[in-house]
Amino acid sequence: MIAAAIVALLITLALTLIRAFMGPSIYDRILAVNSFGTKTVLFIVVGGHALGWFSYVDIALMYALVNFIGTLAVMRFFEQYSPHGERS
Amino acid sequence: MIANLELVIDICLLAFLIMIVFASIKITDLFAVTMLFGIFSFVSALLFLDLDAVDVAFTEAAVGAGFTTVLMLSALRLTTRFENVKHRHSLLGLPIVILTGAALLYGVADFPNMGDANAPIHHHLAPDFIRLTQQKIDIPNIVTAVLASFRGYDTFGETVVIFSAGAAVLMLLGMGHVERKQEPEKNLILWVVVKPMIALILIFGLYVQFHGDFGAGGGFQAGVIFASGFILYSLVFGETYARKVIPATILPRLSALGVLIYGVTGLMSLISNKPFLDYNALSSNPVGGQHLGILLVEAGVGLAVFSTILLIYYSFSGREVIHYE
Amino acid sequence: MIIIGWLSDVCLLLGGFLVLTGAVGLLRLPDFFTRLHAASVTETLGAVLLIIGIMLDTGLMLDTAKLILLICVMFIANPTITHGLCRAAAHGGIKPAMETKSPMQNSTPSDSKNIYENQIQTETGVSGKAPK
Repeated sequence: MIAAAIVALLITLALTLIRAFMGPSIYDRILAVNSFGTKTVLFIVVGGHALGWFSYVDIALMYALVNFIGTLAVMRFFEQYSPHGERS
Repeated sequence: MIANLELVIDICLLAFLIMIVFASIKITDLFAVTMLFGIFSFVSALLFLDLDAVDVAFTEAAVGAGFTTVLMLSALRLTTRFENVKHRHSLLGLPIVILTGAALLYGVADFPNMGDANAPIHHHLAPDFIRLTQQKIDIPNIVTAVLASFRGYDTFGETVVIFSAGAAVLMLLGMGHVERKQEPEKNLILWVVVKPMIALILIFGLYVQFHGDFGAGGGFQAGVIFASGFILYSLVFGETYARKVIPATILPRLSALGVLIYGVTGLMSLISNKPFLDYNALSSNPVGGQHLGILLVEAGVGLAVFSTILLIYYSFSGREVIHYE
Repeated sequence: MIIIGWLSDVCLLLGGFLVLTGAVGLLRLPDFFTRLHAASVTETLGAVLLIIGIMLDTGLMLDTAKLILLICVMFIANPTITHGLCRAAAHGGIKPAMETKSPMQNSTPSDSKNIYENQIQTETGVSGKAPK
């Protein structure tokens, strides 16, 4: 069953990646990156257990925190970003 | 079954990496490219994990996905968002690229296979490191032992490099100042959620710092995590308050203090007629001395990394935003 | 013990299915807000189910406590991020698609005051060339 979960997560990663490539709006990309980060955490937990990676839980926990900070930084950036730098 | 699974994961992750690189060359929106780099970092850390390089994956996670994104966004704030593409193709580039690619492929053919026990890298120093770590240092994580004790000189050099990077950024950009209008809007949900989150991040940072002898992690990763906690505070509550919690003027001193702790630990063994950075001299019991030395050295590295990273963040985010017309 | 194994299998399967459904929704649904809802709702439950499945499989040890902490972090962080993103998109001028047309098109009448509408169209043109 763990193998099935890993395969499902790999397909999920691929689909999320396609959404990050397609856009179309910038918010879709932010959503895709955040979603990719969450899936990475899950992948670390499931794959780490199946393949016996060393101290994988620490890394998964760290990734969950880093993903949160990164997405918040992006949102904060857009809040204060002025439209003057846009392409006319 | 398990070996096949590992192979499938490797192939998928490498394919993801190639796709991301092509997409980030094609897309001209620099913001979208920053997002793609975040994904690139996630995927490469997964790859490191799959190759059993846990400490490298930890560092990639701490620096690549979190801090680099924040730094790139801070830099992007100061410039325009779209790349100025000039459609100019030079025919000279094609043969150069093909030749370089062919040379690289030719070089790859001489590599030993992955996991080959007869590869040169497994025969010179690695067996000594594995044996001596058990005998003389007695901590479970060999990477920490190599990093802090066997290769103490190298790590000292790296710490000095980090310190000088912070000093260079400080000289070039200055500390910056905070404008009132740049403060974030008040968002109650974020305020409530982020407060316990910061506490969790700081505790996790301390855990990584002091657990580095036993599991993945160490001073470098802990410094980045600790700095991320303060960056999060600054992002949500505004930089004015963050600079009240940790004043920008204190950071260069803390960074120098980190390097000083490392250096003094080395000098202490010099005083008692042992080589520089030989921790056996720190205590009557050699193994205890090693433990104490690694603890002190990691603390120095953590302090230096923490203050340098926060310093770089302050100098980037304190710059005034230039509006291009 | 066999029952715990079965429970773990069921959790893993259900979690994998939910996460996959969310990704399909993220790819196929017509506008940003529906995609956001597809990604966030399934992600939170799928993540919790997957982690519980792993927890049941490892048995009681120190990692169990860390995994519980991980569940807590995800349970708090994911909805917060969703809320923040939704708010940012609404402020930034993204409008929900009211009619069901072909996907990838915001079918609201174009608003010349709105800079973000134009930006979306230019971005579609740029990123349409990205490898699929």
